[in-house]
Amino acid sequence: MSSVPPANPVPEIIEVYGLRKVYHTGDVDVEALRSVDLSVKRGEFVAIVGPSGSGKSTLFNILGGLAPPTAGEIWIDGIDLRQMTESERTEMRQRQVGFVFQKYNLLPTLTARDNILLAQAIAGIKTQPVGFDNVLKMLGITNRMGHKPRALSGGEQQRVAIARALVNQPAILLADEPTGNLDTANSNAVLQLLRDLNRRTGQTILMITHNPEAAAFADRIVYMRDGTIVQKGDGEIDGSAV
Amino acid sequence: MINKLVIENLKHRWVRTLGSALIVGILVASIITLIGLSRGMLEESAERAKGTGADIVLRRDTGATIALQTGPISEKFLALVRKQPHVAQAVGVLTQSVEVITSMNGVNIPEFEKLSGGFHYLEGGPPVGPDDLIIDQAYSRQKNLHPGDTVKLLNHDWHLAGVVEGGMLARFVVRLDTLQKDTENTGRLTLIYVKLDDPARTDAEVAYFNKLFAGDLKANSMAELVSMFSISSIPQLQVFIKVITGMWVAVGFLVVFLSMYTAVIERTREIGILKALGAKPGLIVDLLMREAVLLALVGWVLGIGMALVARQVIVKVAPASLNVINVPDFWPWAALIALTGALLGAIYPGIKAARHDAIEALSYE
Repeated sequence: MSSVPPANPVPEIIEVYGLRKVYHTGDVDVEALRSVDLSVKRGEFVAIVGPSGSGKSTLFNILGGLAPPTAGEIWIDGIDLRQMTESERTEMRQRQVGFVFQKYNLLPTLTARDNILLAQAIAGIKTQPVGFDNVLKMLGITNRMGHKPRALSGGEQQRVAIARALVNQPAILLADEPTGNLDTANSNAVLQLLRDLNRRTGQTILMITHNPEAAAFADRIVYMRDGTIVQKGDGEIDGSAV
Repeated sequence: MINKLVIENLKHRWVRTLGSALIVGILVASIITLIGLSRGMLEESAERAKGTGADIVLRRDTGATIALQTGPISEKFLALVRKQPHVAQAVGVLTQSVEVITSMNGVNIPEFEKLSGGFHYLEGGPPVGPDDLIIDQAYSRQKNLHPGDTVKLLNHDWHLAGVVEGGMLARFVVRLDTLQKDTENTGRLTLIYVKLDDPARTDAEVAYFNKLFAGDLKANSMAELVSMFSISSIPQLQVFIKVITGMWVAVGFLVVFLSMYTAVIERTREIGILKALGAKPGLIVDLLMREAVLLALVGWVLGIGMALVARQVIVKVAPASLNVINVPDFWPWAALIALTGALLGAIYPGIKAARHDAIEALSYE
């Protein structure tokens, strides 16, 4: 296990060392993550690919502060998640992490604009960040902001969800199967947008997918199986885990 | 933005919102109407007592504002009162409940007319025969009764002799001896009205009578008696209103509880989204509390409207039976009652929502 604390957490925006997650279901312990090590540089677009049950969603939830780790170290933009209380992890979700989900997860009662503003309100931010209008233009939803989710296509809803995830200028954007509910044309459009965002704004993106074609849009692909990383983007397979 | 979310959530499930608000409104209308009825009936009683023109009222010394016994005073006291100095007139009255909340007075009409200055007859004239009855204008209108008609009350066929303007004694007035006989209270009275030769001596004479009749009769000035016709002076009515209010708070609690509980279950995924966005448990509880407050306030406004309409209907349908008055000073209390029920009802669903695990909530279908 390579649990080495970072000497200088600045260059890497995500650093994970020896991450373990065990779920207790009745009398049975299920090890969802087994000593995961992962580093992501600021401005990288990384895809995590793996079959169902490989642990990629668990990794997503822990990196997003939705679930605590059982063991290991996690640093997000220099913040040590291991030391965080539930309340601190909640605060981290307000500003440090932006989520994009497979099912969009927009609030159905609010318009696209209000869904975005709500994320700001929860974080206690009152002003729109500089340049956010350009992000909306890039996402192509400027003229759809007054509509509620039911009046938007799946692709439009996902683009609104991306805007919501970005409005508080998070350190990382976590996308969980962002094209899982979209047809091919909309999938390609959303993936292209994520890549453009990454290239033009330097937004760090960590995307979970089981689709190799979607993963191909990323700078680097990390493969997971049985709760561990088996291959990183440089093509090197972690023999200990295979 | 949080308030907007609250309003949009309520609008989104408008049938449930309207249904819940209507139930809260009915509760608010009921309590406002109850208070309006209680006060209206008491004020009417006070006005009718004041309308007699008496300076002092003598009742059985029981400590109660309203006499529950028809004839607790021996008529012998009337003779004693008349012999006292400064007593210009004294009239004995027997009161008997009729139709649950209205009442009939038996009185010596000529004596009472001397004390009060006389009834103002709109139709007919004073009772002469033993079965003669006079009624007030409101009852005459409500029942479309006119002199010469027969009115069956207290299992007695009365001959309607006259219709008076009202505002003194009860809605039905008959001869004292007839009512005493009908109610098996021969020689008994409910109270004695006293007119002094000098109204300025009222306080002194009240003290004098209280000393003279200590343990038997209680004397009050008319001003004192009128002030006693209030809800706060009648412990039994206070208890009744408190019990009813408690029941309405409980119903309001249940309505909001069920509404919010189902809302929390339906919105599990939305709660998960809020948590993923960084909403703390306090904010989730706050959201539901605001919804409950809004429900209660909408219900309160609807309730006031319903109470005003109910009063108009009652005044039109039964002007002589139920005297309901508007009680705007009680509206804030009604709001407090509605808010209490609603907030209590939102606590558990709010805590349940706040405790949702974000990951499980996000996977809720």
